Amino acid sequence: MLEVRNLECVRGDHRLFTDLNFQLEGGELLRLRGANGSGKTSLLRTLCGLLEPAEGEVLWRGENIRAQRDEFNAELLYLGHSNGVKAELTAFENLRIHNALCGRRLPDDRLYDALVEIGLGGREDLPTQVLSQGQKRRVALARLLLSDAALWVLDEPFTALDVDAVAQLARLMEAHLQRGGMVVYTTHQEVEMRAGACREVNLDR
Amino acid sequence: MNGINETGAAVQPSLMSAWRAMILRDLTLAMRRRADVLTTLFFFIIVVSLFPLGVSPEMAVLREIAPGVIWVAALLASMLSLGRLFSDDFQDGTLEQMLLLPQPLSVLVLAKVLAHWLVSGLPLVLLSPLLGMQLGLDGEAIGLLMLTLLLGTPVLSLIGSVGAALTLGVRGGGVLVSLLVLPLYIPVLIFGTGAVDAATSGMEYDGHLSLLGAFLVLAALLAPLATAAALRISAE
Repeated sequence: MLEVRNLECVRGDHRLFTDLNFQLEGGELLRLRGANGSGKTSLLRTLCGLLEPAEGEVLWRGENIRAQRDEFNAELLYLGHSNGVKAELTAFENLRIHNALCGRRLPDDRLYDALVEIGLGGREDLPTQVLSQGQKRRVALARLLLSDAALWVLDEPFTALDVDAVAQLARLMEAHLQRGGMVVYTTHQEVEMRAGACREVNLDR
Repeated sequence: MNGINETGAAVQPSLMSAWRAMILRDLTLAMRRRADVLTTLFFFIIVVSLFPLGVSPEMAVLREIAPGVIWVAALLASMLSLGRLFSDDFQDGTLEQMLLLPQPLSVLVLAKVLAHWLVSGLPLVLLSPLLGMQLGLDGEAIGLLMLTLLLGTPVLSLIGSVGAALTLGVRGGGVLVSLLVLPLYIPVLIFGTGAVDAATSGMEYDGHLSLLGAFLVLAALLAPLATAAALRISAE
């Protein structure tokens, strides 16, 4: 489904990795390993099509993602370093607007339910600038509950989360894999994950 | 055949609702940060008000320079607000999410520019009669000035969006935007003030208005495409 061929990534004058090849099928989990600055984030952003690879290509269902951007984006959920949450808007507004922009029309109840489930009950209607770092992260994570994307690309999803939230996110990822979804993620935390197929790509070579 | 109809019906409402959501989002954000909007407006008023003090309080002189003064002030004011168009979204990561939406980026950019014009361009148009009176323009000239601003300020926002997207994340981007964008504003300035000047000296001004309209159509078609491409480059 997701295939990476001969990928090379260059940032500035520095070559981060070359000749990277891997394939990911439905239900598979891929963890990227590597030291700080080894190119994990760059690889994730390349997988999403935010970064143009210096060499090689990223294929989704057999076709280059650059040739089918809208179709690929409809099946992609990316959670980057920054949360992508507007500080002036409330958690609920952030979620509603994100869904509307994706072209999904969901009833308000489902959005509130998702926010309660992710642990933001009672704080749905506060501007996110008054929330803590971890709570802001949760606003971003609430997207995972409402998304029907097949591919989740998560960059350090566990940062700023407390123990319960880490466990909850791990369960969410497991459930997504069981539904036949794919997850690519990076983390420096050791989080137990029960998944059918766990794969690793190490960028320190 | 059936399949084509189905996808066509499924895609368009979602694009329309995404378009609306983008405009509403930016308008809500502008309402929550009213100070930013008011700064632009006061800048416009103050710049225009400096001319009677600095040049001459003589009505005949002011009437002569009024269209140019108001247009140049509008131009500077609309440039002042350009910095906010994408930079906040760039900082908090919402721009990245916008690039990954299953919608054509240029269409969303057009929505953002429209919202930006509604809060930073339209107020200038609505305020211009007051400033026109202050500089001694008569009723007909004021009406025409408003019309030229109504046609011209959206062009400024559209052209400016390309510059704002190109200088995203660049240190000192604000100054760079001025250098990039101001030369491109010149035709709009010439025909905007030209129309009012022509009217006050009793000449035809239809041609000026048609050209401004043509600029608007061209900019609305081309600028979002250029801005979308520039955003993809800047977000790398």
